[in-house]
Amino acid sequence: MDWIVIKRIFRAGFLDFWRNGFVSLASILVMTVTLFVVGVTIFAGVILDSTLSDLRDKADVNVYFTTTASQGQISQLQTQVQALPQVAAVQFISSSDELATFRAKHQNDQLTLQALDELGTNPLGAVLNIKAKDISQYGAIAQFLEQQQALSANGAPSVIDKVNYFDAEHQQALTKLEDITNSAQRLGLIIIAILIFTTIAISFNTLRLAIYTSRDEIQIMRLVGAGAFYIRAPFMVEGVFYGLVAGLTTLLLFYPLTWWMGNATQDFLGGINVFSYYLSHFGLFFLAIVGTGVVLGGVASFLAVRRYLKI
Amino acid sequence: MIYFDRVSKVYADSSVALEDVSFSVEPGEFISFVGHSGAGKTTLVKMLLAEERPTSGAVFFESVNVHDLPLHRINHLRRKIGTVFQDFRLLPQKTAYENIAFAMEASGRPEEEIRSDVPHVLELVDLGEKMNHFPGQLSGGEQQRVAIARAIVNQPDVIIADEPTGNLDPVNTFEIVQILKKINDLGTTILLTTHNKGVIDALKKRVITMDRGHVIRDDREGRYIL
Repeated sequence: MDWIVIKRIFRAGFLDFWRNGFVSLASILVMTVTLFVVGVTIFAGVILDSTLSDLRDKADVNVYFTTTASQGQISQLQTQVQALPQVAAVQFISSSDELATFRAKHQNDQLTLQALDELGTNPLGAVLNIKAKDISQYGAIAQFLEQQQALSANGAPSVIDKVNYFDAEHQQALTKLEDITNSAQRLGLIIIAILIFTTIAISFNTLRLAIYTSRDEIQIMRLVGAGAFYIRAPFMVEGVFYGLVAGLTTLLLFYPLTWWMGNATQDFLGGINVFSYYLSHFGLFFLAIVGTGVVLGGVASFLAVRRYLKI
Repeated sequence: MIYFDRVSKVYADSSVALEDVSFSVEPGEFISFVGHSGAGKTTLVKMLLAEERPTSGAVFFESVNVHDLPLHRINHLRRKIGTVFQDFRLLPQKTAYENIAFAMEASGRPEEEIRSDVPHVLELVDLGEKMNHFPGQLSGGEQQRVAIARAIVNQPDVIIADEPTGNLDPVNTFEIVQILKKINDLGTTILLTTHNKGVIDALKKRVITMDRGHVIRDDREGRYIL
């Protein structure tokens, strides 16, 4: 197609858009609301996912050894645990590291530190920190460790002092949170579906009005033998313009909003700063929001043109 | 060039617009269609432009049945036919120049051609001085001249003028008819529908007389007889 024809189509589309000023504004506003909700849903998804993965990361099994456990005994158990199919990683923390961590944690608690100094020896045993491949496998790993504890108790005293693990109760809480996240995302999608329908219906009627306003031009174009595409395309361009303007408006709105929310919400939103996330993923937001707007405008104009613009 | 072959048009409410109409048009002819309102003149025009389909019969333009043309070819047919109407059909928010340029743009003509042809065609209808006037600033006769300029600017083979003088006084009517004759002298076929006895009698060209959907007379050098 000729460059000149494309230029004329875009010019006519823009003129229609401009001429229908206030009616165009109604379409753009409702589309902006829809795109805003799309954006909020993306943010909510990211934040909830990050909170969940944060919680999942915190799940582990800690094996506390007695102070009398020898390095050989600990290594033997570490090898056994590493061989388990459910285990992703095992980290050994020596008793002196444990003590250093304990001291750092209680650096402002003089009473505890004094008591520790008075003991003269290190009361803390070494620790194995075990991560499972999947959150549901902690039970099995803990069971294995408890068996080990029981076995060694038959003969010599057990080297395992305590097994502290991510238990069924924790898991239930996590599952519940996952359920809430899923429900929230489902609800978000339902709201988006309703808004998309509303947006298309309103834009469809706006374009219907635009076609009506341009009926004289359309009639003359038909009479002088303009092609069907040449007559219809400006209205498609107009619909796409609605999406483009609404998309850019939404992106602009998110800038001050995420900036304002960024620091305030970072702590309880799984460590995510929404403002930095918005800036670092701007390309993705641009594609998702402007892309959705353009597609919505395109669909509405396609439907309106097909229904009301007979050639 | 144009051939109506036993064309009938019956609308859904059983009213008959055309019945068994046949005639042919040779290139370069100037034919006037006369008849009372409702005689079927405008229906004939719409058939030729493929705006309406006949109930039976066929309409041929350059040996092609216009109603067999697919949608994307109909615009090519319409580019060969210029149209002028009683109500001018100019775009009120565009100047005389822009109205004609708009028609050229719509038929895909390049900008240089538009810049050179529009003033030329406005000179031809004697409106070179008023090319930047809006339709509201022009008289009825001048508006119709702009409409004629728009119809001829794409150099069509045929001009259809559907009651072009219906809204004009005798002086302007005379001017419009002179312009149409001039266009015809340059080789373009003219199909004119009119009620105006004076116009028909002055033209001394072929006249097809219609009454209630039938062709009742077809005279080589006709007069207005009803």
